[in-house]
Amino acid sequence: MAVPALRGSVSFLRQSFTIASKDLRAELRTKEALNASVAFALVILLLFSFAFEPTEVETRQISGGLLWLVFAFAGALILNRSFARELANDCLDALVAAPISGAALFLGKAVANLALLVAVELVCLPVFGVFYNVPWTLQFWPLMLVVLLGTWGLTVVGTMFSALTVNLRLRELMLPMLVYPIMVPGLLAAVQLTTPLVMGQPLAADLMPWLRLLVAFDVIFTALALALVETVLVR
Amino acid sequence: MRPKIMLAMTGIAALLLARNLYVILQVLPDEEHQNAAYRIMFFHVPDAWTAFLCFLAGMIASVLYLAKNDLRYDGFAASITEVGLAFGAANLVTGMIWGRVIWGVWWAWDVRLTTMLVGCLIYAGYLMLRRAVEEPGERAKMSAVVSIFAFADVPIIFFSIRWWQHQQHPEPAKLPPEWWAALFMNWIPLLLLAGVLLMLRMEQERIQRQVDGLRRTIHAF
Amino acid sequence: MNPVQVAGVWKYYGDYPALRDISFEVQPGACMALLGRNGAGKTTLLRIVAGLARPTRGGVSVCGAECRNRATRHSIGILGHGISLYDELSAFENLHLFARVYGLAEPRRAAMEWLERTGLDRVRDGLVREFSRGMRQRLAVARAFLHEPSVLLLDEPFTALDDRAIALLQTLLRDALAGGRSIVVSTHQLREALELATHVALLVRGRLAHTGERTAEMLEDAGWLYRHYGEA
Repeated sequence: MAVPALRGSVSFLRQSFTIASKDLRAELRTKEALNASVAFALVILLLFSFAFEPTEVETRQISGGLLWLVFAFAGALILNRSFARELANDCLDALVAAPISGAALFLGKAVANLALLVAVELVCLPVFGVFYNVPWTLQFWPLMLVVLLGTWGLTVVGTMFSALTVNLRLRELMLPMLVYPIMVPGLLAAVQLTTPLVMGQPLAADLMPWLRLLVAFDVIFTALALALVETVLVR
Repeated sequence: MRPKIMLAMTGIAALLLARNLYVILQVLPDEEHQNAAYRIMFFHVPDAWTAFLCFLAGMIASVLYLAKNDLRYDGFAASITEVGLAFGAANLVTGMIWGRVIWGVWWAWDVRLTTMLVGCLIYAGYLMLRRAVEEPGERAKMSAVVSIFAFADVPIIFFSIRWWQHQQHPEPAKLPPEWWAALFMNWIPLLLLAGVLLMLRMEQERIQRQVDGLRRTIHAF
Repeated sequence: MNPVQVAGVWKYYGDYPALRDISFEVQPGACMALLGRNGAGKTTLLRIVAGLARPTRGGVSVCGAECRNRATRHSIGILGHGISLYDELSAFENLHLFARVYGLAEPRRAAMEWLERTGLDRVRDGLVREFSRGMRQRLAVARAFLHEPSVLLLDEPFTALDDRAIALLQTLLRDALAGGRSIVVSTHQLREALELATHVALLVRGRLAHTGERTAEMLEDAGWLYRHYGEA
């Protein structure tokens, strides 16, 4: 007979990791949300180029805004699925009844979403570089840092509201309606950091306030989400 | 009793507004730089103060609901957020009118107006969410969480847009000190008005709760 | 201290009381059949005991502690309307996942063992979405019993089970009772539930109309309970 491990020894992080790997495994097997998200992102990139016909110089100046709009819109597809995938077969009930804290469940899902969103973004960046003829790798590692921080903000808010709206009929409408206005400062900071980095400027002192804002945004909303998610999940 | 209080508050607000309008329109001199249009500031600024207070009260009521699980806190939170949204909208409209007269444009991405716009969008989302949820306990819980997120975001939005604007426009003009007395004088009737609207709305929420309960009882049997 | 103690539980949806002053206890080795018409509140009550919903008033304690307690949730096993399994994962991956979430010492071994007990070891790597109805249900049973819970909460488990699954479930439940575990099963299928049950509780419009031992009359005549305590 299997003997259950001592209750105290199941660590928060280990459970989050279990959930994260479950979400990633399930998504990678079907790739439904991933494919839809990448396709959507590529279409938007294409549409922007038809709609605005920016020159190379202009593109560099709006690169931050362009990229983060694409990331935000395409990301919503993945974030929406996050808790929605638990509804089929009543899996959410089994998870909420299990000895896993709401915060661990949330963290696991958020980390999985982060991985998926970053994967989509890493496909978008080279495509952007090619379509718009913009060399974007001049400040590669600082750019990756900003992409990571900005995407984490988007993920945290999006995953939280995915949990909130999971049982709603109008889930697909309500999620963007709630997430995007709240994301304004985070997206603004990400855009203000991304444009100079794409143009090749280093992460200098004048950009530091934006970096601090982005980190503060991430910290505050991660803390709020971890604190409130349990309330949202138990009816 | 309550209708009498509401009537009294409305009466006082009306009297104060009449007195203030007289002062604003007749007694105060034309501002050197901005001609007569500056008078709209005496509504524009207290609108923002009222909206902000309402949103703050809404957040506090939301936290109290989550702690105590009493639906009356939720009724208060929903009502005061709606009232706040109304004053926020008034702030936006008066701001746009003033901007049109002074700068010639309807919208200039000014820090305070933009922050209010984003805030109003978030709280409009809050109201849409409430419409989408049937069950009162669930609705209260979800709205409470959104209200907390929303209010936590408001200062962050303000700072982020201020830094953004700093790079493009100079600092917005500060309010001259001689205006403060008149601003506060006009704030009082607006607060009274907010109070009346709040009480009206809360009464509606209370009756709605009763109707919901009755409806469920009938449908169950 | 009984494994399941429900004391003065009320559940309001807005102003509407779905559950009114529910109190009962379930001893070790006892199986309580929760009966009642649709809308009487059976599912609501089970969800509260399982920790999926919070009562408006009153409390539930499972194995001596509040049911939403992390430690207590190790002792609870649930089987609801849905199978609570992931379609895109294999049978083994599903059980392994829950074994890890429940903090079992040897999750792989536990998963394999239960696959064997439910006759699914040959299809361990098959994706759940490709399984037949009966196989999905057997896997759901495995998931519910996997972590050796002391308290089992089953919401209409016999509906839409095939013969093999019903037999399996009944065997497992009898073994659990013999081992001193407690069961609360809500059902319409009076026959199967009453056979297994040692006690019954009848919910009528959110109120507990009757609790007590399951008698022979109840077993012979399925409608006896409703006629005597419920509404016609």
